[in-house]
Amino acid sequence: MNNLNKKGVLAIAASVALGSAAFLSPASSSAADSPHYTFAMITHGQPGDAFWDIIRKGAAAAAAKDNVKLVYLANPTASGEAQLVTNAIQQHVDGIALTLAFPDAEASAVKQAQAAGIPMIGFNAGGNDWKRAGLLGYVGQDETIAGEAVGERLNSDGSKSAICVDQQQGAVQLEERCNGIKKTYHGNLFVLYVPGYDMASAQSRIVAKLQQDPSIDYIVTLGAPFVPTAVHAIQMAGSKAKVGTFDLTPSAVNLIQQGQLQWAVDQQPFVEGYEAIDMLWLYKTNGDTVGGGQAVLTGPTFVTKENIGEVAKYAKQGTR
Amino acid sequence: MSTTAGRAEPRVMRRQAVRQPLWKAVLTRPEVGALAGAILVFIFFTIVAPPFRQVSAFATVLYQSSTVGIPAVAVSLLMIGGEFDLSAGVAVTTSSLAASMFAIEVAGNVWVGVGFALLLSLGIGWLNGVLLIWTRLPSFLVTLATFLMLQGLNIAITKLVTGGVATADISGMPGFDSAQAVFASSVQFGRVTISIAVLYWIAFALLATWLLLRTKIGNWIFAVGGQGDSARAVGIPVRRVKIGLFMLVGFAVWFLGMHMLFAYNTVQSGAGVGNELLYIASAVVGGCLLTGGYGSAAGSALGAFIFGMTTEGVIYADWDPDWFMFFVGAMLLLATVVNTWFRGRASRGR
Repeated sequence: MNNLNKKGVLAIAASVALGSAAFLSPASSSAADSPHYTFAMITHGQPGDAFWDIIRKGAAAAAAKDNVKLVYLANPTASGEAQLVTNAIQQHVDGIALTLAFPDAEASAVKQAQAAGIPMIGFNAGGNDWKRAGLLGYVGQDETIAGEAVGERLNSDGSKSAICVDQQQGAVQLEERCNGIKKTYHGNLFVLYVPGYDMASAQSRIVAKLQQDPSIDYIVTLGAPFVPTAVHAIQMAGSKAKVGTFDLTPSAVNLIQQGQLQWAVDQQPFVEGYEAIDMLWLYKTNGDTVGGGQAVLTGPTFVTKENIGEVAKYAKQGTR
Repeated sequence: MSTTAGRAEPRVMRRQAVRQPLWKAVLTRPEVGALAGAILVFIFFTIVAPPFRQVSAFATVLYQSSTVGIPAVAVSLLMIGGEFDLSAGVAVTTSSLAASMFAIEVAGNVWVGVGFALLLSLGIGWLNGVLLIWTRLPSFLVTLATFLMLQGLNIAITKLVTGGVATADISGMPGFDSAQAVFASSVQFGRVTISIAVLYWIAFALLATWLLLRTKIGNWIFAVGGQGDSARAVGIPVRRVKIGLFMLVGFAVWFLGMHMLFAYNTVQSGAGVGNELLYIASAVVGGCLLTGGYGSAAGSALGAFIFGMTTEGVIYADWDPDWFMFFVGAMLLLATVVNTWFRGRASRGR
């Protein structure tokens, strides 16, 4: 355990170094050659969520490479995110990468941006809405397809009864995941809502559900930070259920290696952040669009015990 | 002005309690309404939710209650002392983040991190109290400001120190096993496993009740919250009592923060927002007045217990999860109404 810990500390040191390098490099290169464009990245990420941090690192890496200035803005509410688009227009940015998590609430702000001649790329959320909103392209995982893949996986693992742990009641893309599972899954699926990142409550609720229905044999968490909590809840309830998750964290990687987590559906958030900024740059410098009118898919890919080795080192850096 | 009469009530009441018959003394306690509400909610879920009847389910309910109840005990004392603390929810996360990062980056042993977090949490409590006295603003505003600042600091400093927004796993560090035994172990009672947090919660509630009802400091707290000017006139150190109460909340959030850290090993820096309202709600359901000067520490434990039964009971009853928050809110409203009605009847019966 001590040895593991030392590795952990090293990994942190490495990720701090990497992280700061990624953030500093646009500034340092600007000394020699000032950035050509300013791009805004606007998301519905909750502050303090590891997943969004990886997206941001990807965006910062692309901004450094393309020599553009990146403005990162986030607000988890519909009106808040729409307001940020308006703010970005007023700052006269050269491009906007946007998560269409609340397509209807964002529609008028998107129109304003288009009227101002600002190119927009969708990413991460809004796979069904980006064409209708008139965005130039979309990079991300189709959540319904990802959910369907998970449903198939549950079938092949022999599951008869499963719960879907949802940490943000009302968020469209999380619902699409659960609904996708329902489409292909042959067993009974229950949705269990937990309140954000309050782990004690999340654990109690999962334990309660397992006690209420002992036939549950699989738990699917929609966010990887809930994996250790689900594993712990299973032990407390004396259940035999297995765990699978959407997305990845370093501790989820460890649990896959230890065999306590069966699989993780990776949508490669780093690529989403990176490609969204890079696609804006391609459009501004060369008029290019990517995807041929279709979404550029970054997932789903299953990370399991078989392929965890290669993924693990990047997850430790905080980029997967 | 009717509140003035209400504020003086508990002191009068305790003097009367000596002469009254026991049942009357019990019925006029502030927490009796919460007890009635708790019994009602318990009977309700026992009927509608068969899995709720298992002893292991009761352990789960108690655990959920304890994570609200530990800070709620301190918050109830603070409210009796006439002040609010809106920063308590995120301060729990601040404390676990501080302990984890200090242990990993500086100390190399988790116990040093635990000590550092204690100093920090007491310091935040002290700052809340001092700001309140310096600025003379209502504590609602002062602690709202510290709440928002802590929320930002949690994320910003975590990001500066770790490069990410969650802390690394501390479960392999020196001192982890002993710290986990103290803060987050489980105790076996027959076939049921109960988290040690539940035992601490009950102990804290009993200790705070004793402090309130049997010591000079308890009298001071009631007096400071009820009639601050009169309290000052008779020589009670009002400022020191208030700062002390904020530091007590600091201690309670530190304790819960350590439990969260050692039970879950990593900390998400965005956690804790919104929980401060649950602590305040528990104290109020348990009989505290929003105006101060009246209330009960044991009542806050019953309030937290009602909350725990409700959130878990909705799951045991297998109600449609889309309606989850609605059911929780409706049950809390029901418990509070029963509580107020019962208290009204009880004090009139006197």
